[in-house]
Amino acid sequence: MNIRRLFLISIPYLWLLALFLVPFLIVMKISLSDLAIAIPPYTPTLSLSDGWQGIKGFWAALDIENYIFLTEDNLYWKAYLSSFKIALVSTALTLLVGYPIAYGMANASPEWRPTLMMLVILPFWTSFLIRVYAWMGILSKQGFLNQFLLWSGIIDDPLVILNTNTAVYIGIVYTYVPFMILPIYATLEKMDASLIEAAIDLGCSRLKAFWLVTIPLSKSGIIAGCFLVFIPALGEFVIPSLLGGSRTLMIGKVLWEEFFSNRDWPVASAVAVILLLLLVIPIILFQRNEQKQREAEQ
Amino acid sequence: MRSKWGSVVVPDQAIGGFMQQDDTSNEFSPWNDPTQTPLIEFKGVTKRFGEFTAIDNIDLKIYEKEFFALLGPSGCGKTTLMRMLAGFESSTAGVITLEGQDVAPLPPNKRAVNMMFQSYALFPHLTVAENIAFGLKRSDMPKSEIAGRVDEMLALVQLSTFAARKPHQISGGQRQRVALARSLAKAPKLLLLDEPLGALDKKLRQETQFELMDIQEKTGTTFVIVTHDQEEAMTVASRVAVMNHGQLIQVNTPDRIYETPNSTYVADFIGEVNLIKGKVTPLNDDIVEIHWAEGEQPLAGRSSETLAKGNDVTFAIRPEKVAISKERPDKAANMVQGEIIDIAYLGNLSTYYVKISTGQTIKAQAANNRRISRRSYTWEDPVWLSWTDTAGIVLTR
Ligand SMILES: Nc1ncnc2c1ncn2[C@@H]1O[C@H](COP(=O)(O)OP(=O)(O)OP(=O)(O)O)[C@@H](O)[C@H]1O
Ligand SMILES: [Mg+2]
Repeated sequence: MNIRRLFLISIPYLWLLALFLVPFLIVMKISLSDLAIAIPPYTPTLSLSDGWQGIKGFWAALDIENYIFLTEDNLYWKAYLSSFKIALVSTALTLLVGYPIAYGMANASPEWRPTLMMLVILPFWTSFLIRVYAWMGILSKQGFLNQFLLWSGIIDDPLVILNTNTAVYIGIVYTYVPFMILPIYATLEKMDASLIEAAIDLGCSRLKAFWLVTIPLSKSGIIAGCFLVFIPALGEFVIPSLLGGSRTLMIGKVLWEEFFSNRDWPVASAVAVILLLLLVIPIILFQRNEQKQREAEQ
Repeated sequence: MRSKWGSVVVPDQAIGGFMQQDDTSNEFSPWNDPTQTPLIEFKGVTKRFGEFTAIDNIDLKIYEKEFFALLGPSGCGKTTLMRMLAGFESSTAGVITLEGQDVAPLPPNKRAVNMMFQSYALFPHLTVAENIAFGLKRSDMPKSEIAGRVDEMLALVQLSTFAARKPHQISGGQRQRVALARSLAKAPKLLLLDEPLGALDKKLRQETQFELMDIQEKTGTTFVIVTHDQEEAMTVASRVAVMNHGQLIQVNTPDRIYETPNSTYVADFIGEVNLIKGKVTPLNDDIVEIHWAEGEQPLAGRSSETLAKGNDVTFAIRPEKVAISKERPDKAANMVQGEIIDIAYLGNLSTYYVKISTGQTIKAQAANNRRISRRSYTWEDPVWLSWTDTAGIVLTR
């Protein structure tokens, strides 16, 4: 076994250890601690100056009280469920918006494709926060949208969109649609156009050929896009807190409030650990999809 | 049915059937019969992609039950012609009719035409059997019969054991056969095959060629086939069209194309040929003399055209029609002397490259009926080449 290879292999593992496993273990530890009025605001803290006794005492003070608390208060499981619902609905909406865009890009003439790709990525050049604030300006009662609709006579009273779930959906779809477009575009672009012609030649209408050939062949792109939207949307915090109303319940928002408003780090950490465990399931499914696709391509 | 089938080496089991039918009085040649209406007709068809003319004012009639081969160099417009028949390209000018009807308003899925794509275009997400069933499911065939038909097609292309595989799990040649089976499954009136056998090895290709002819015999489907392999075109086709730069140079039966090419382009494209340039002097009947080099005996040949004295012509003669001998032949219409500069050993045949006094090289082909070590000629041997006055052809184009 040569050292060079060992070294190369160890880099990603060290990276994972330093940037994922260690922080996770710290959060995990905090979630097992108790709230305290101190800095940091929890006990126990590990101090090695007390020697063996100190470590023993430290272990004894850890418990799963915070997790039990999460099951006792309705708020938390409702927040998880509501986040799940919002993430699911907005993933579906993103797919509905993103697929036609990806399809259009893949069918555009080759000299236009880089430009279209640029346009999709362009919003990332400004701050995410500013873009969400901009949506507040558009969706508010006196915002551009209402002004336009009132002016054109489509509505008589301004619509209430801001501070509702609708605004959250709009925000999530807007923010995450590039993540949907790019993987779908990647699968559509490498699809052989003669497949559609073959389907039509064998008696399909254009629509039928799309349904029987294009959709199944872009399946891996659709699945990848859906996970890329669903996973971050589930823990989303900025969009629901800026665009959502007081009744928009999302676990990211709950987490933020526990940390900063209540300063209850242990409970907040427990919420985070559960969220992470919940996300591991779709992440594993996503990995499976990627691997299956890679195998199919070989 | 067709006279030429008798002359082709046919696998044993297939030979019995049509050898007896080999009757020249009953020859299949609807193109010579003015009362026949063509299945397909191109009338002044032109196709342009922007400035580029891919198909240039083509007139062509293809008759029912024909096996029509398109031959030509890469990029000459063969695929484009097929795509116009299938309905994927519309003509810039001119009319294409199918059974007398202008096809322009018919979308591809409404035409009784199936196409086998050059790239096969197999659906990667479907199994071999599902690929073949794809068109059948879109037709009015009852569901209960589809499976049977798929099995039949799989047996035809010898892929029954691969029915459940995906296209990426089979070899290139097998993929090609799946594509063939898929396009045949719906038993279309007109089947377009774009280089259907290119990826097959020689033996499988020959077998499939006979299968194709057999299928055509059974189903009465009209085939239009694109091929780069002129031997294949010769074997399967009732007629061959030689294309170049979007134009049809010559359309005729394989033997006519080979024996009487209408231009040096066709003569050179189909098979091997010696081309000798010269000036013509018409003698009696259709015999002409060609003065091709200072101080050399003029060549005698035949021409069906009326030529004026002094016209520039090219004399074309196939290597296998040139006899090679050590001694000067007694009475031959044409003979030249030279020296063997190269020998290409082809197994059953050898091609001798003979350099004559003018510096030109003439190819002569002879059967190797002796073992190579006892061959009569070798490098640098002085030899005589000779041929009859009907062996060659005089071309003006
Ligand atoms: N969609 C298109 N746009 C522009 N030019 C095209 C298009 N399709 C074909 N051509 C051009 O038309 C010409 C004929 O193409 P075609 O595909 O018919 O050739 P081919 O005879 O089938 O060649 P090959 O034997 O290589 O398959 C080529 O020069 C090609 O570049
Ligand atoms: Mg082609």
